[in-house]
Amino acid sequence: MTRLEITVNGQYHDRDVSESRTLAHFLRYDLGLTGTKIGCEEAECGICTVLVDGVPVDSCIYPVFKAYGRAVTTIEGLAHGDELHPLQQEFIHHGAVQCGFCTPGLIMTSAALLDENPDPDEHDIKVALKDTYCRCTGYTSVIRAIQSAARQKRGLDPLLVNDPEVDEPMRVVSRSVPPQEVVAKVTGRAKYTDDYTFPDTLYGRTLRSPYPHARIVSINVDKARALPGVRAVLTHTDVPGENRHGLVYRDWPVLCDTVVRYVGDAVAIVAADSEDLAAQALELIEVEYEPLPVVADPKYAHSPEAPVLHPDHPTGNLLKHIKVRHGDIEQGFADADVIVEREYHTPTTEHAFLEPECSIGVPAGYPGHDKLTVYVGSQIPYQDRNQIALAVALPEESVRVIGTLIGGGFGGKEDIAGQIHSAMLATVTGRPVKMLYTRQESLIFHPKRHATIIRIKTGAKRDGRLTAIQAELYGDGGAYASLSDKVMTRATTHATGPYDVPNAKIDCYAMYTNNVPSGAFRGFGVTQSAFAVEQNMDLLAEQLGMDPIEFRRINAQKVGVTTATGQLLRESVGLLETIDDVQRDMQAHHNGEGFRWSWKEGHKAYAWGFACAYKNTGLGGGAPDKSEAEVEAYEDGTIQVRTAAADMGQGIAHVVAQVAAEEMHVAYENVKVLLCDTDLTPNGGPTTASRQTYVSGNAARLAAAALREAITQSAAEMMDVPPDTIRYEEGLLRHNGKSVKLGEVVGWMKQNGLNPRARQEYWAPKTQPLGTGGDMHVGFSYATQAALVEVDTDTGEVKVVKVLSSTDIGRAINPLMLQGQIEGGIVMAMGHCLSEAFIIEDGVPWTRLLSRYKMPSIKHAPEIVSHLVEHRTADGPYGAKGVGEIPSINTTPAICNAIYNAVGVRIYATPVDQDALLRAIRSGQREVYTAWQDVK
Amino acid sequence: MKLWNHYHTPATADEAVSLLAQYAGQAQVIAGGTDLLVDKRAEGGYNPHEALVDITHIPELCKIEEDGDFITIGAGVTHTQIVKSALIAHYATCLVESCGVVGGPQVRNVGTLGGNVAHALPAGDGTTSLVALDAEADVIYMGERKRVPIRDMYLGPGKSLLDSHRDLLVSFRFRRAADREATAFKRIMRPQGVALPILGCAVWVRLDETGALFEAARIAIAPIGPTPGRADEVEHALIGQPATIETVERMAELAQSTLHPRTSKYRATADYRREMIGVLVRRTLTLAIYRAQTGDIVPEGVGA
Ligand SMILES: Cc1cc2nc3c(=O)[nH]c(=O)nc-3n(C[C@H](O)[C@H](O)[C@H](O)COP(=O)(O)OP(=O)(O)OC[C@H]3O[C@@H](n4cnc5c(N)ncnc54)[C@H](O)[C@@H]3O)c2cc1C
Ligand code: FES
Ligand code: FES
Repeated sequence: MTRLEITVNGQYHDRDVSESRTLAHFLRYDLGLTGTKIGCEEAECGICTVLVDGVPVDSCIYPVFKAYGRAVTTIEGLAHGDELHPLQQEFIHHGAVQCGFCTPGLIMTSAALLDENPDPDEHDIKVALKDTYCRCTGYTSVIRAIQSAARQKRGLDPLLVNDPEVDEPMRVVSRSVPPQEVVAKVTGRAKYTDDYTFPDTLYGRTLRSPYPHARIVSINVDKARALPGVRAVLTHTDVPGENRHGLVYRDWPVLCDTVVRYVGDAVAIVAADSEDLAAQALELIEVEYEPLPVVADPKYAHSPEAPVLHPDHPTGNLLKHIKVRHGDIEQGFADADVIVEREYHTPTTEHAFLEPECSIGVPAGYPGHDKLTVYVGSQIPYQDRNQIALAVALPEESVRVIGTLIGGGFGGKEDIAGQIHSAMLATVTGRPVKMLYTRQESLIFHPKRHATIIRIKTGAKRDGRLTAIQAELYGDGGAYASLSDKVMTRATTHATGPYDVPNAKIDCYAMYTNNVPSGAFRGFGVTQSAFAVEQNMDLLAEQLGMDPIEFRRINAQKVGVTTATGQLLRESVGLLETIDDVQRDMQAHHNGEGFRWSWKEGHKAYAWGFACAYKNTGLGGGAPDKSEAEVEAYEDGTIQVRTAAADMGQGIAHVVAQVAAEEMHVAYENVKVLLCDTDLTPNGGPTTASRQTYVSGNAARLAAAALREAITQSAAEMMDVPPDTIRYEEGLLRHNGKSVKLGEVVGWMKQNGLNPRARQEYWAPKTQPLGTGGDMHVGFSYATQAALVEVDTDTGEVKVVKVLSSTDIGRAINPLMLQGQIEGGIVMAMGHCLSEAFIIEDGVPWTRLLSRYKMPSIKHAPEIVSHLVEHRTADGPYGAKGVGEIPSINTTPAICNAIYNAVGVRIYATPVDQDALLRAIRSGQREVYTAWQDVK
Repeated sequence: MKLWNHYHTPATADEAVSLLAQYAGQAQVIAGGTDLLVDKRAEGGYNPHEALVDITHIPELCKIEEDGDFITIGAGVTHTQIVKSALIAHYATCLVESCGVVGGPQVRNVGTLGGNVAHALPAGDGTTSLVALDAEADVIYMGERKRVPIRDMYLGPGKSLLDSHRDLLVSFRFRRAADREATAFKRIMRPQGVALPILGCAVWVRLDETGALFEAARIAIAPIGPTPGRADEVEHALIGQPATIETVERMAELAQSTLHPRTSKYRATADYRREMIGVLVRRTLTLAIYRAQTGDIVPEGVGA
């Protein structure tokens, strides 16, 4: 410990501090200023940005003693009391906050910019924020928020919010109210898991396999146990219950016993007094491995030579063979005048949510905790509880999972991370144990998007009607099943694209390999098949000599069409309108000068590319899909909605609040939401499959309606009038001239022994399993996008200039936040197309650092124009369908179609490699089958 | 997890060197830490540096000075300081253009030119321009102050002449561009993978009194070999040639045929790099000629 003098947010400190501290750790853990977030500790993501003497720095690699004698400003120091800084205000206003984990970093970086440049243009903003990442918003709203704040600082009016137009806005529903907890997020008060502190907490860490496939010969933990300050070292023999977890198949060891199946598999866990001691303890654990042959790719996994990775699985390495059969495939191709057959490759991709996984296990009996409790930002709290309980051998009721805020998920926080481990360590040590993964650990450990190989053959008649689609998909499921079964099923069932295809034969092989497991990721398999489907569509249109938009229009799904899985579409198919919107915008872009698909300016080639998409809402496939919500009213006139539906930034919290406010006729501000506490909130089911707005939105609506009924009854009794004469008005119940406040009725109910609370379960309409025909899904969202792309024909560099999109989401419950989902989805998909690949070499990840995984930064953000189409779906809340995933499905093929239109080279593998593209342009080659990861 | 145990912030270069000596190889110099600490993090495992000696509080290392025709830049000067310096923007434009593309603002605000050179990657962006400027480095090497030509600072990829557990890079010194002299820097990146250029190119040119002919040139292109190199054939061939598009075109071709870039994994193929040599030589020479002829100098691409 050494004396440090430093001023933080105007307050002078003179205290003993460890010389090893980074500024970020000093702020967070010594001063408790947890508004400063840590996302990578590699100077990559920029979300740890604070100002030192006014200058933005990455506090994660800034030694605190470098700041000796200096003045540091953090997000907590920006507001003046309750008065927010203009940036904080405008980030809220313009909907620039989703999960909020990046928000402090973005705001601090912007604050420094505005101090230096009071009137930044878009370019200035892109320069200043180039290395401050946001994975949720797509940056469009961020840029607007900053410009708006700049105007305010200059004494001008703020910029108008770019609020999308919607049909029939209601009182609260279909209005762009600010999301829940947004003030906490912009001020740094919002608490994510690592921001929770409990006295006496120990630090947990995990020893992970360095081998993709090996037999464990022996594990010796004696030296680690002997290190003073180490409180527990556990291996598979210490797992009290079932040493397997998994969401669909229980095949994933809590701690590996006989074999390790991927680099990152957990072998031992430790808890120690400090993070450093825990790290040292890991080094002292001796594991002897006998390396085994590695199954590095899914096609090899399917071959008879490949070693079988899960001997218990009845079909060997074939995790699942998924089939779609529709019509007569032979006849379909016999009827075709043109047929296109191609093979496409997509790589493993990483969610790169900015908050690395963290769980805190608190033992039963610790103050304030009567049962074993795990704090975690998880997408599926109830399933976490179930999996923890099985592993620690306790009844589910003896385990409590408390969901914290989530700093992004995108599907990557559905599987178990440290939940079970922290629970085990807490139980053994009798102390709280925090397991915070480093970014590097997060990268190698958690399930990713499936790499796929997709061979697809599409046939059409001269008149443009599709006759048949045949496809074979291989999905790299990695070492454990995770959600492979479901994800690859979605890839398969959506492999016709959103079209009327009379004959289809699709086979998908989800394979076990020794790569990192693959699981859920926004788009859920459909991003991959869309990449293939939509490029084949353009290839066919070209062969038919038909406009690609017209070709899609001819085949677009409409009401009355039966999908390849046998589902008759009876309502809510807005695809044609989305095509109309985008086509209109494409034409408008050319200002009446006549639309052109492509043109050249100097050494830059420009072109549009077009693609459509659809995505199911809800689990479907016969899975019972339900959510439960509870709504309670209080005497102060507020109400609380409770459901265990996770909000990872996508906004289910404001959706259920808006729905409840609408039903209860109260102001949105008076609705509070409690999510994800397995003791206090009923089960909302998993946050996946774009299902939460639909199911939990409906559950909240039903519960609120039931509570309103009960309150109306009571008010009627109170006022002695018939219930059907009572009208609601902003927190008041009126009858003729008389009125009572909602809170008064609640008080009356309590006095009379009535509970001002209602709980309702919502069951989505029944669906059918694949292969049985009928409705496999409760509904589909539709989208069309066009990308305007610039290719530098000197260098092969590709830039997305503009993306036009239109999305049929049934109803926009919160138009501005929904638009944010769309913009974020588009930019994420653009990343998948142009820069992102998680590289694994013979089972060993090369992408062990965030610096090796480039997601789009603000400088890549294109201009985005988005429209909403609202084809109501009868069973959705107020007609709403899912929106979480649909925007990130067709961006990649739209960009690739545009590249082809610009330079005549078709891209069959992502991410696009400018190197190969340029060489193709130069040599007149028309097809590129290699991607960046193939540069060797 | 901690990356170092002790942290020192000496106020003079001598103090820094003697601290390093006291730790006898257990302490290392840190400037911005944007390479050092990130590399340490990448190592994984628990293996902290025993001590770090922070040189950014040493005044001698943190200033930009003009001395006659020469400019001196302290090794601890940050990329941001360089980008904001009107002096360097005018007289060593390429350096602003190369420091201006290192990382993002947070990295440039702490990362230093000295760190870029001491890290010794052949394609370090600051390095490429220093080579074109024909800079020299003032160092304390094995206890003695020395002046070393910039290219001699590099022994191999990531291998510096200096041992940063012992030696200190103090400053860089180069002649400022005179009338009819100008510089330019550009690089080609890819949106994937590590933050190092596929290829960077800095040029310095001097035109004759009429502004119509090349009198001299220095062309640094990296990475070509294990250490920063120059396009010698092109430099010789340029002398006396007209400063025209045709010459630039010929030089681009000459550079492509005389330099032999390699394929590096996840960065670029040799073929692509060869194409980029042409593109960069064309783009930087054209810009430098324009600057030398017109005196109209606006650094390009800063923050890109
Ligand atoms: C996100 C990110 C993006 C980056 N982008 C680029 C890029 O585009 N182009 C590029 O070239 N680099 C890039 N870098 C690398 C890095 O920022 C630069 O090389 C920077 O100039 C290093 O300077 P530093 O002061 O941070 O060095 P440090 O990390 O402090 O030191 C680097 C090495 O030099 C030694 N050293 C430093 N100063 C001295 C001295 N005065 N005497 C002796 N030894 C010394 C250290 O001991 C260490 O070995 C990037 C880094 C990050 C994190
Ligand atoms: S840059 Fe500091 S946490 Fe990512
Ligand atoms: S809101 Fe930016 S990362 Fe989530």
